[in-house]
Amino acid sequence: MNKLVKKLALFLVAGSVMIAPFQGSAQESEEITPAIKAFVTETVAAATKGPEMDEDFAGLLEGQGDAAYAFDFFTTSNLWTVIAAAFVFLMHLGFSCVESGMCQAKNTVNILFKNAFIISIGLITYALTGFNTHYPVDAWIIESYLAFNGPFSAGNIDNTFGYGGVGLCMTGYADFIFQAMFAATGATIVSGAVAERVKLLPFMIFATLLVGVGYPIIGSWHWGGGWLGTLNGGEGFKDFAGSAVVHAFGGFAALACVIVLGPRKGKYVDGKIKPILGHNMPLATIGVLLLWFGWFGFNGGSVLSADPGLVSLVFMTTALAAAAGCIGAIITSWVFLKTPDLTMALNGMLAGLVGITANADIASVPGSMIIGFIAGIIVVFSVIGLDKLKIDDPVGAISVHGTCGIWGILACALPFLCPDTPYGIGGQLFGVIAVAAAAFLFAFVVFFILKVTIGVRVSEEEELEGLDKSEHGQEAYPDFAPATKG
Amino acid sequence: MSVKKIEAVIKPFKLEEVKEALTEIGVEGLTVSEVKGFGRQKGHTEIYRGSEYTVDFLPKVKIEVVLGESLIEKAVETIVKAAKTGKIGDGKIFILPVEEAIRIRTDEKGEKAV
Repeated sequence: MNKLVKKLALFLVAGSVMIAPFQGSAQESEEITPAIKAFVTETVAAATKGPEMDEDFAGLLEGQGDAAYAFDFFTTSNLWTVIAAAFVFLMHLGFSCVESGMCQAKNTVNILFKNAFIISIGLITYALTGFNTHYPVDAWIIESYLAFNGPFSAGNIDNTFGYGGVGLCMTGYADFIFQAMFAATGATIVSGAVAERVKLLPFMIFATLLVGVGYPIIGSWHWGGGWLGTLNGGEGFKDFAGSAVVHAFGGFAALACVIVLGPRKGKYVDGKIKPILGHNMPLATIGVLLLWFGWFGFNGGSVLSADPGLVSLVFMTTALAAAAGCIGAIITSWVFLKTPDLTMALNGMLAGLVGITANADIASVPGSMIIGFIAGIIVVFSVIGLDKLKIDDPVGAISVHGTCGIWGILACALPFLCPDTPYGIGGQLFGVIAVAAAAFLFAFVVFFILKVTIGVRVSEEEELEGLDKSEHGQEAYPDFAPATKG
Repeated sequence: MSVKKIEAVIKPFKLEEVKEALTEIGVEGLTVSEVKGFGRQKGHTEIYRGSEYTVDFLPKVKIEVVLGESLIEKAVETIVKAAKTGKIGDGKIFILPVEEAIRIRTDEKGEKAV
């Protein structure tokens, strides 16, 4: 007990010293403090089973006073958010590995180059136009439908715990960096689908416009307080961390680009599908497991505070869905494709993760496993189906992010998966179709214009020689080149 | 005495046994490379992401060893014995004449050089 008293005293001193600047700088903080106190008490009570709350823990809360309450929760929440942002950053490393591993060795430099460019341009465009377009507040061109605003600026910076209220417990900087890490994801998804034949410069122009214009405008419909909020009889559109506005967005933009671009040379010959093998399965596996790791931040950070109940629920549903997705894809691949395909197992993991992204905070524990399992089944059939339609997607990005993104959104409306869901299947379907169609249209128009102006595809010889040599004059493996086809 | 070269294409997992056996009969050096090819064994089909494809060229290991004529027969016997599994795809051995062999370090020629 002595130790606890000492700890308390330390908390109080530290808390009061550190909190001083915050109290001085914002009036809202005084109003928000009781709200945070009530919120913390509630969530702690819920997490520790109400009145039987652990005595020491209750005492700890009592001793700190209002300001320390709020400060502790704010600090923890802000810290969790920036850590989650770093997790999401790691997903770009994951994407780089998956895409390189599942393509041929001769295109590795090109894929890595695109990934290096996308994360960089994604962050910069998010600072220049993205953040304030994504979150227009009152600055709409057409209310609830269209916004386009300028750079992240002094007006965005609010580092008090009054920023955004209790549900968004972080500084303005933390809010920016967490959302910015999401922004480049859309273009990264496209990068995998168009790999091995897309011309570098038009892709870079396309990616810049997609992350700087398309993503924040369409995203503002949901997270910026736009028109999707009127769906489901005013309950709003349910898309927790972005099954629709990040993943389906990227997946359907990718579909549009692949249709404009056409399949890789030699993929479909005389009506037959000729597989083009990925050159490095260890790299692909590392990439997918890194993405899963990053997803704890993608979904867990989307709680937007350190609410212990929700953060831990989201970690659990996220992990279980990924696991079930892998199992679902393994079974489907083994039964229907007669082979336990590693790339399908990996796609299944990602499918489960995309499926749970919309509903990680409302799915039940068994529900999360079912959502992931079904996503794992869907993704295998989606990959096969797209191949039959001659839509050539080397990494399965359209199936993982597009098809399973839709599934995740629909799952929000199914009470046996998400108990107490107030969301209807009609509203969810309408919302995700709107997002997917808008992404498709935006990508199709931009990519088509690029096609007729500067061209989007490398020549046949360049494709056969490999983009590393033809586009970059560089080799990924200068000392040793594993066998490649063609 | 002239020298000859043995080129043996064998199953990759037999390399260690063949090397051991050759060392035992007094072979002092050899060169190996990873190669691919097909013979009567042909290729086989595999499946990637639901689509079948044929693997035409199977991985093999090629051993090259240059020896004095007197050792050739014994070396061939040894390789055959060590590399045989009795199943299709065990490989082949070729014997080629060698015009000259030179040891770079000492300028020695012929049988002395191998």
